[in-house]
Amino acid sequence: MTKLISQRVIASLLSLLGLLILVFFLSRLTGDPAVLFLPIDATEEMKTQFRALHGLDLPILEQFGRYVWDFVHLDFGESLRKARPAIDVVLEAYAWTLPLAGITMGLVVVAAIVLGSLAAFNVGGFFDRLVSIVSLIGASAPDFWIAIVAIVVFAINLSWLPTSGVGTPWHWVLPIAVLFIRPFGLIVQVVRGSMLTALSAQYVKTARAKGVKNLPIIFVHTLRNAMLPVITVIGDQAAAMLNGAVIVETIFGFPGIGKLMIDSILQRDFNVVLAAIMVTALAIFIMNILIDLAYGLLDPRIRN
Amino acid sequence: MTDVTLVAKPVSQGKSGFSALLSMLWRDKLAFVSAVILVLIILCAVLGPALLGDMANSQNLRGRNSPPFDLARGWAFVLGGDSLGRPMLARLVVAARSTIMVASGAVLVSLAIGATLGLVAGYMGKNISQVIMRLADVIMSFPSLLIAVVVLYVLGPSIPNMILVLAITRIPIYLRTTRAEVLEVRERMFVQAAVVMGAGHWRIIARHILPVVAPTLVTIATLDFAFVMLAESSLSFLGIGIQPPDITWGLMVAQGRPYLTTAWWLALWPGLFIVITTLALNLLSNWMRIALDPTQRWRLEARSTKDE
Amino acid sequence: MSNALLEVRNLSVDFHTARGTVHAVKNVSWSVNRGETLAILGESGSGKSVSASAVMNILDMPPAHIVGGEIFYDGQDLLKVSYETHRALNGKKIAMIFQDPLSHLNPVYTVGWQIVEMMTAHGRPADMARARALELIKRVGIADAEAALHKYPHQFSGGQRQRLMIAMALMLKPDILIADEPTTALDVTIQADVLALLKELQAETGMGLVLITHDLGVVAEIADRVVVMSKGEIVEAGTPRDIYHNAQHPYTRQLIGAAPGKGTIKLLDADAPLLLETRKLCKTYGEFTALKDVSLSLHRGQSLAVVGESGSGKSTLARSILRLEAADSGEALWKGRNLLTMNARDLLGMRREIQMVFQDPTQSLNPRMSVYQLISEGWDIHRLMPDKAKRQARVAELLEQVGLAPEYAARYPHQFSGGQRQRIAIARALALEPELIICDEAVSALDVSIQAQVIALLDDLRARLGISFLFIAHDLGVVRDFADTVVVMKAGEIVERGPTAQIFDAPRHPYTQRLLAANLDPDPDMQAQRRLAGAPA
Repeated sequence: MTKLISQRVIASLLSLLGLLILVFFLSRLTGDPAVLFLPIDATEEMKTQFRALHGLDLPILEQFGRYVWDFVHLDFGESLRKARPAIDVVLEAYAWTLPLAGITMGLVVVAAIVLGSLAAFNVGGFFDRLVSIVSLIGASAPDFWIAIVAIVVFAINLSWLPTSGVGTPWHWVLPIAVLFIRPFGLIVQVVRGSMLTALSAQYVKTARAKGVKNLPIIFVHTLRNAMLPVITVIGDQAAAMLNGAVIVETIFGFPGIGKLMIDSILQRDFNVVLAAIMVTALAIFIMNILIDLAYGLLDPRIRN
Repeated sequence: MTDVTLVAKPVSQGKSGFSALLSMLWRDKLAFVSAVILVLIILCAVLGPALLGDMANSQNLRGRNSPPFDLARGWAFVLGGDSLGRPMLARLVVAARSTIMVASGAVLVSLAIGATLGLVAGYMGKNISQVIMRLADVIMSFPSLLIAVVVLYVLGPSIPNMILVLAITRIPIYLRTTRAEVLEVRERMFVQAAVVMGAGHWRIIARHILPVVAPTLVTIATLDFAFVMLAESSLSFLGIGIQPPDITWGLMVAQGRPYLTTAWWLALWPGLFIVITTLALNLLSNWMRIALDPTQRWRLEARSTKDE
Repeated sequence: MSNALLEVRNLSVDFHTARGTVHAVKNVSWSVNRGETLAILGESGSGKSVSASAVMNILDMPPAHIVGGEIFYDGQDLLKVSYETHRALNGKKIAMIFQDPLSHLNPVYTVGWQIVEMMTAHGRPADMARARALELIKRVGIADAEAALHKYPHQFSGGQRQRLMIAMALMLKPDILIADEPTTALDVTIQADVLALLKELQAETGMGLVLITHDLGVVAEIADRVVVMSKGEIVEAGTPRDIYHNAQHPYTRQLIGAAPGKGTIKLLDADAPLLLETRKLCKTYGEFTALKDVSLSLHRGQSLAVVGESGSGKSTLARSILRLEAADSGEALWKGRNLLTMNARDLLGMRREIQMVFQDPTQSLNPRMSVYQLISEGWDIHRLMPDKAKRQARVAELLEQVGLAPEYAARYPHQFSGGQRQRIAIARALALEPELIICDEAVSALDVSIQAQVIALLDDLRARLGISFLFIAHDLGVVRDFADTVVVMKAGEIVERGPTAQIFDAPRHPYTQRLLAANLDPDPDMQAQRRLAGAPA
């Protein structure tokens, strides 16, 4: 297990290095960084000053060295919009996104596992069909569209919930609900498929021959075996939750990392964009390691 | 253990593979309807701009935000008019082209690159495989929308760039699937049997490995088409994807957003088109997963014997 | 009415499948009492495990559907009682063990947890269950019982897993134990141990044993009574001795006639030229030694059998000769030239002269190729017979040679039965007119009656075409019938070699002796004699 984790850490570090190189060359080689980083109406004088300040006139390898050095110290420079270190701005936004994503993902996982398992046990029945239809529609609907339809229905027409902002707990209901739909649709399908396979496994016959009751057969014997593919998808979806967060946060005016990202791009605050990418990549690497640990926890065959 | 195996009674050769597939599709009504919808949408994408292009761009200020289901202005306004008085129906048909073009372009590019790399990674030695897989890890360890946002920011939004960006983010899906399948298939006995007979690498790949892997890839590509379409819509919605005067359904939803309270149909129809298309793709992909797998196909055939 | 403890009466079960309804079992009746062993004997597709699954209520419904009949246990009809009543009986009164303990044990829970659950599922306290589990794990012969509790199924060997399954089944001292092919996946020496353990435990607890098997030897060894099933029906019932010596039904007679190991032993033609020779072949996988200094020689027209249990390296030997696996050191000389260092061009020539027939034809035939394509692929590879009409004629000829109709050329592998598929695989091997065919367990996946037919076919080909065979097998009976020379392998080494008669009649190495002793004889009288002879050892 430790070998697996250390392999993953090394692979992750390599990936991170790859990402660093990618971003570096994208930002240096596809145009003048001074144009990219500075406001659109910057003067030529400002650009020269900018180049000297950031060492853009140095040889490319030395530039890369400084760039990596800064990254290791989590120094991404100042945010142009907020005149504060970019990393602070990003971490602040994360403080909003993490609970949003965490709560949603928690709800998704619990709902998907329970409903998917029961659907698989009752395959072909009414409940199974209902879950299949709901999950298929959920997985097919674009979240930005659901978000604006939800705003029209619940916030404008019915006036039950606020349209945007973060003042009260009510402000969290619509973002969570919208963010919930797609991952739920996808994961519930995987749970159902994986449970179907696991329920036809031979050890289920053994359990039935032992006289074990149905509920423990589903949730103790089968579910743990069926969880491995599910865990993979949960990991992918948790990473993709940041995708959804971009949309949902923008539409609901939620001050998280997604909204920050889009605002920074539209206002050319490139330092913040860079910091956000790197912090996100780090977060995903940590999550991948947690996923690996979960694998080992669930399946003893992976441990050694 | 239930040891009831069916002794094969000689089955007549019957129809060729393709027409057998078609008749199987006809029996699954949901999948059949999905296929018909997709064919219609592809027809819209191919023929739409030529037939309705002018109508979709002719502004008519008196028809601004005209409500749907009112045939007074002609059939093109059956779904209403947009904020510049252009008929929604015509615009939706024309927008199908960019939407489908971006999605199919991205799917084809990522499928071709991903499958080739996956084949190489699965068939060749460990070292090449390691390099390719790490590359996939870099792409995977990164939310695709963010990568798209950044690249589009640097390269500038255009249809080819959109295809490129979305294709890159989807390569790992095909790469991993192909590699995993190839690793499994090349250990199968019939591949070993071919090696023993003296078959070369190309023969083994072309005759024994690809035919087994291809159905899985087609199934995934169908599902992925839906995913890419949603991603493109999201990017266009956020304003960093397709830019006017090009239109896609996602962009139309964004353009309709300011009129949510006064003219809900501007945002509703294009969204609904996206939902219907992705739903059809999902259903078709589910059907293909079973229909293209010889060990699962009996489920569909069994259903048909019950029907008849 | 009889007063048997468990009685199945006129049970009929249908399976609804893609190709219509299959009558899996029709009017099957059997019964078993305490202390008694009933064997249900049948080949694959005979429906032999269906009635037992119905007893345990573990038939998959659908596709299965119980059409009629009764299952009486202790006076009540198990087909009529509630789900909950039936569940409470399972494991407590009637327990079951299965063919493949690795897939029948839950891979993600410890063995201890699974054994203990047998009691906790029936409301017994966990500490009591733990004590009983420890006691039973010791009883079934697992060395460190305390440690075994905390290990997972994959950490045990196949034989140990079956012992643990038995321990689990006996937790609540059931009245009846149903064993579905409990030793089929095990090596012969381990099979003997497990059967002996079952007999001992039966004597201790007085339980009734229902043993489902395809193996006449197992029946001869352990059964008091036997029912023979064919195509879903019981065709004959009686004591093993009666059935063996006095079978009434043609199917039973055919089954007994097909049992291997009864033919005349072949003699080696010593003057034939040398064809294949290996010198000190070695192969290791990490810590594991698969081949250690394996040297053997094979002459033209000879059929050389390599015998060994799982892990003995016999398949690695075949794969190394064919370069499917790279040997670490040593030589394999084909007509005097080293196969292992051949260049690609010569290798291609060699691939025409040596063909292989694999264990499972379902897997060795590409499911997407027609029989014609399968057989003619070799000609494509070696650029032979470009003329299509000639090819078709030759494919037809080959199909006839292996006993299949020429019209089958247009069909696909899934349209054939297992035995027919293996015939197609043999036709494919013959297409290139090889000098040597390597058979890797080529008949072990087949039913006994089919096995006998395929062996007869191979024998005929050898006689008519002068093809040599390297025959890899674990089944001693089959080897005795087919080979003229035998090599016995254990842990990667050859421990004994010689003419078939010498190996079977006067084995010298202790391992060969053990192997032969563990091999079960289908004749109950012979088996009883051997049991007595082997008992002191």
